[in-house]
Amino acid sequence: MPQRTDIETILVIGSGPIVIGQACEFDYSGTQACKALRSLGYRVVLLNSNPATIMTDPEVADATYVEPLSLDFARQVIERERPDALLPTVGGQTGLNLAMELAEAGVLDAHGVELIGARPDAIAVAEDRQRFKERMIEHGLAVPESGTAGSLDEAEALLDVTGLPAIIRPSFTLGGEGGGIAYNRDEFREIVVRGLDLSPVGQVLVEQSVLGWKEFELEVMRDLADNVIVICSIENFDPMGVHTGDSITVAPAQTLTDREYQRLRDMALTVMRAVGVETGGSNVQFAVNPDDGQIHVIEMNPRVSRSSALASKATGFPIAKIAAQLAVGLTLDEIDNDITRRTPACFEPVLDYTVVKIPRWNFEKFPGADRTLDTRMKAVGEVMGLGRTFEEALGKAISSLEGGWPDAGGWSDEVLRERLAIPTPDRLGAVFEALRRGMDSSDIHRLTHIDRWFLHRVADIVAVERQLDGRFLSGLSDEELRRAKRMGLSDAWLARILGTTEESVRSRRREAGIEVVYKRVDTCAAEFQSFTPYLYSSYEDEDEAGELDADRVIILGNGPNRIGQGLEFDYCCCHASYAVRAAGLRSIMVNCNPETVSTDYDTSDKLYFEPITAEHVGAVIARERPRGVVLQFGGQTPLKLSHSIGPILGTSADAIDLCEDRERFNALLASLDIRQPEGAMARSRDEAIAAAARIGFPLLVRPSYVLGGRAMKICYDEADFQAALTEALDASDNHPVLLDRFLEGAIEYDVDAIGDGQDIHVAGIMEHIEEAGVHSGDSACVLPPVDLGHRLARRMVEATVRIGQRLRVRGLMNVQIAVQRDADGGEELFVIEVNPRASRTIPYVSKATGVPLAALATRLCLGETLADVGLPADRVGAPLRPALRSRGGYYFIKAPVFPWGRFAVDDVVLGPEMHSTGEVMGVGRSFGEAYAKALVASSMRLPQGGGVFVSVRDADKEHLADIAGPLYAMGFRLLATAGTWAALQEAGIPAEQVFKVREGRPDIVDHVRNGDVQLMINTPLGRKSVYDEAAMRLAGLRFGVPCITTMRAARAAVSAIRSLRAGELRAVKLQELPPSPA
Amino acid sequence: MGGILLLEDGKSFTGEGFGASATRVGEVVFNTAMTGYQEVLTDPSYCEQIVVMTTSHVGNTGVNDDDAESDGVWVAGFVAREFSRQHSSHRATEGLDRYLRRHGVPGIQGIDTRALVRHIRERGAMKAVVSTDGTDAHELWRRLEAWPGMAGRALAVEVGTRTPYVFHDPPQPRARVSVVDGGVKRNILRLLADAGCRVTVHPIDATFEDWAADADLVFFSNGPGDPAALPAVVEQIRRGLGELPMVGICLGHQLLGLAIGADTYKLKFGHRGANHPVRDEQTGRIEITSQNHGFCVEESGLSRAGGTVTHRHLNDGTVAGFRHDGHRIMSVQFHPEACPGPHDSRGLVERFLRHAGV
Repeated sequence: MPQRTDIETILVIGSGPIVIGQACEFDYSGTQACKALRSLGYRVVLLNSNPATIMTDPEVADATYVEPLSLDFARQVIERERPDALLPTVGGQTGLNLAMELAEAGVLDAHGVELIGARPDAIAVAEDRQRFKERMIEHGLAVPESGTAGSLDEAEALLDVTGLPAIIRPSFTLGGEGGGIAYNRDEFREIVVRGLDLSPVGQVLVEQSVLGWKEFELEVMRDLADNVIVICSIENFDPMGVHTGDSITVAPAQTLTDREYQRLRDMALTVMRAVGVETGGSNVQFAVNPDDGQIHVIEMNPRVSRSSALASKATGFPIAKIAAQLAVGLTLDEIDNDITRRTPACFEPVLDYTVVKIPRWNFEKFPGADRTLDTRMKAVGEVMGLGRTFEEALGKAISSLEGGWPDAGGWSDEVLRERLAIPTPDRLGAVFEALRRGMDSSDIHRLTHIDRWFLHRVADIVAVERQLDGRFLSGLSDEELRRAKRMGLSDAWLARILGTTEESVRSRRREAGIEVVYKRVDTCAAEFQSFTPYLYSSYEDEDEAGELDADRVIILGNGPNRIGQGLEFDYCCCHASYAVRAAGLRSIMVNCNPETVSTDYDTSDKLYFEPITAEHVGAVIARERPRGVVLQFGGQTPLKLSHSIGPILGTSADAIDLCEDRERFNALLASLDIRQPEGAMARSRDEAIAAAARIGFPLLVRPSYVLGGRAMKICYDEADFQAALTEALDASDNHPVLLDRFLEGAIEYDVDAIGDGQDIHVAGIMEHIEEAGVHSGDSACVLPPVDLGHRLARRMVEATVRIGQRLRVRGLMNVQIAVQRDADGGEELFVIEVNPRASRTIPYVSKATGVPLAALATRLCLGETLADVGLPADRVGAPLRPALRSRGGYYFIKAPVFPWGRFAVDDVVLGPEMHSTGEVMGVGRSFGEAYAKALVASSMRLPQGGGVFVSVRDADKEHLADIAGPLYAMGFRLLATAGTWAALQEAGIPAEQVFKVREGRPDIVDHVRNGDVQLMINTPLGRKSVYDEAAMRLAGLRFGVPCITTMRAARAAVSAIRSLRAGELRAVKLQELPPSPA
Repeated sequence: MGGILLLEDGKSFTGEGFGASATRVGEVVFNTAMTGYQEVLTDPSYCEQIVVMTTSHVGNTGVNDDDAESDGVWVAGFVAREFSRQHSSHRATEGLDRYLRRHGVPGIQGIDTRALVRHIRERGAMKAVVSTDGTDAHELWRRLEAWPGMAGRALAVEVGTRTPYVFHDPPQPRARVSVVDGGVKRNILRLLADAGCRVTVHPIDATFEDWAADADLVFFSNGPGDPAALPAVVEQIRRGLGELPMVGICLGHQLLGLAIGADTYKLKFGHRGANHPVRDEQTGRIEITSQNHGFCVEESGLSRAGGTVTHRHLNDGTVAGFRHDGHRIMSVQFHPEACPGPHDSRGLVERFLRHAGV
């Protein structure tokens, strides 16, 4: 069937901010879809609130709206752009839900917009667990016993059918949010109540547990002619009971006979047809009883999913791209396989290698959170290892993780057994440890239910370890060394076993000629020639990397996504690659994160899917002999390699060091006469205590060489300090601990700049909306600044220029500056931090200013000057460029989103350690409009009326009236705790006094529960938060009441509410924004 | 024990032996299926072939009694990147290593099978010798050179049944199917039986009268070797053209093609795997099929002979099925019985029976 000609304009909905369960895989799929549709000649309109995506680059779609993914904004976009069709299947659960909302609200019908890819009835069947179950049974497929409940009573009645343990799954939530496994009645009630609340339709499914069954997923595609193919089978190393996003997974499936696999395949095809997904990719999950082969269908996603992104990278088959092509009527036999060029896309990829995905968690950011893995996804990222065998792939995935590996050697046998039995991020480490201690694989199987085949493979690796243990590197034969490498042991791993250094292992290995070759991922197990150099290393005979026909530049990616290092860096890496290609050179990407656009095989001229380590990157360099390596775009991960690899294109390794090494950095700023908060560096507890005594409180304590403010704490007294110091010393891994005077009440600014080794151009100044003390990644910020005077702005530019020139920055740099007002109204500027690399804000600044910073920075790395790329240099003493003050009167606000709801956390207050997973951008003609949009986009339910609870610390009371006054005037009812109430009385603002927790009932938590409060403004006391405040904020989180914890944010929220009430939130098309003035 | 795979063009691969300690010659071919190694081992069409599995791990689920496609292991040698010494499956009765040893088949692992596949892709399927018993190089060359190769080999006669037998005899059969056995896979017989047919199995070197006796449909099975080496079989088919409905799969399809006057030719490295896309040219529907063949029916001759191409292989456009109404023939190059492979083409059995008017 040829492509449809009755549609011209197609609306694509993205997935919004990165949250747990919905990460940058949807940038990958959305970008592919947009490109595919445009290359077929369609006009593409894109709606996505996440500015850090490639898909929201103005070149990717014809009309791009970085606006909230809400009914209102989607309606505005539809009214303006008049699309003929809407593709809802590439924007994750968020995109699908919004499409359904639009359909149900009649917006699609009213404007004649057709849903393509998945029709509403099919989506409804796949998403409504009860209907899904009925449909499966109608088609003769088995499903676990279950029923849906809209109340706790209904749920408890279902236990008669399902028994305990039981799985609770709320309807229409993402990544299993709100669900869980209940082993007893108490747990059951708790999870059901939570699930009912989180489900947008107030419904949960209670399901018979098939814990311990084997879990498989099949990625399926169907075209309008009813041709169905399976792209990939995935087997979960962790059996049923752990969310697939939290499971180690393996492709292809390893423990099925053909007869069993074909049964799954038949069922997957039946599911696809039974649900009625007409075109595109879907994912079907199965549980298989290992004792008798009985199969249950667990669920299906009628859309491109995280698993399909993984399957695309695992096989080389571009699922999202093809799904988009199928949605407009093409059939599978009409689409070419890009990789072989000669054969069509209607085939089933085969693998002659094995793929292992390991999730990456960030539990260390959420002290007190339960680390048990269950049906709710908790991982923030993932790595993929490719190898010719499972062992090799597993070893590479482990190398890619960058830590996250438990120190299991110290566990007692009892603890070890517990770590095996209860799934946590430590379980793989526990399996290794158990085998090292000689535990029988049958015992491990009994505790973990992990299939014996996998356990045997791990046992083989441990056997190799054992052979080498306690021996000397020099005593190893070449054959033994080669065997160990073929079993996936990295040089660093071998060095640990042999008691030597990684470098020694490497040089011994090189002497013996034990080096990797590169194999291609080609969808066809080498049956046909492949044209896409998508490569992975292996200790084999034949190398297929091939030669490129021009000078090469290697770009290092950011590895697994973590809080603090995510999508933003992948965005920069992609642009670096595009810029290298545009410069007539050949770009080579190295990365190990399957969720990304950077690991799409057509982003670069070559893709090496490899860990970002000295060993693996070094081998790629040796193979490719590039002109240089660009490592400033991948966050902290590649930066760590600056001394072990080269040549580096861009800012020198020494300049990078200079910024990380506290003493050198202090000397640098001192020589430039730039102030920084008084601080010290301590290598021991004693040194730290002495320094703290000198600096005094409040004091900021943090380890060096970490990203995302890991283990960073503000201490107000000795007790705080002792605790923070212990944590920082633990986290700093032999690097010193940094101590700084904390600038209470200061306002922070982020300055992003770009240099050519001589001159510096300041690209943007962002003003944080929260006060200093909140990590820059967790603070909302506005560009251009709203509270920054001309004189101070000039001083910031000058400081940035002087630092950048001294560092001879070639490429990007980010400077964090704090401004503190002293008692007599003077303003003092402090430089807090300098990072001579791409910052998290680059995509946002690029979008806000219209200047493609990452691409230009790449050109500078390659040797061009600022003048060559058309950017004016900023100079000390020169006037402030108008571009830094305004872009046609628009404001651009970046706001973070947080994963609090995923974890049973102690508190939700913002601090110097970063906790947000993603960001949104609000664009407006006023600050209020932009902030309102940003808050709506980050799913904060900003009220337009109702009750506001106010409780602020004494220091904030003088500004209380600026906030409470306007709220009262807008008709809000104010509730306040005693001290705040008194301050309001004094200011003449009527309010009701309410109890804090433990002061009496009803207290504030009761009011929140009763629905009396729609907004909370609570600035924590100037010390660590006390119990009642935490309880109150948690109640807010639980009941969806936004809680604002700083005065600046409260002021901003007031102007946002004003804009919201005025109904002045208008969708803005990026392509229509005024060009940036020079 | 070390193992070696030596190819006729001089290329050799050394690895680790597995299964039987032996030296065997054959044609080296590769199969890209990711599951179903036991079905491959027991498929008579692999007679005198050394099969390279492209998937990383083989042997993971052991072997069991149900998944055998015949009574024996037919491959001459078995090659994989990695054989699992331990298996995991509730159905397994034995490990692959012991199974291969019991059947006297040598395996070799640990070699760069991807390099080997690329070599075969470039140079074509060729003679090879696999050895895991320490036989010296000189002797390996001698054995290699002594082996006659695949072209012109009437292997189907050797692997098929020597005497007729009844496989299934239900009280009220839907149809009486006479299967001409050139190395039939068990699942074909099972599917015909499941469809309610009386199934009798005949030697391939019998006469048309033997096949046609008491039958509504003659079914020509898959099998090894060169179809052009079976002129006597082709002659018997020709004698019966139009008298009875005839259907064929794989080798059977090639023989029917030859019988109506088309030619067959050898593909460079064949089609062996479970992911081969075939389009039904009448309906436009695509089926992912299981294939295992080194020879193919040539299209222009087929058309001249009055055959209509009903199925086409989408990777290379080769003939994957044809029909000849005058001669009452319908046949496909692929394996509707799968095993291993997808079940997309199971409906063909029903179409075969309808073709026979039942």
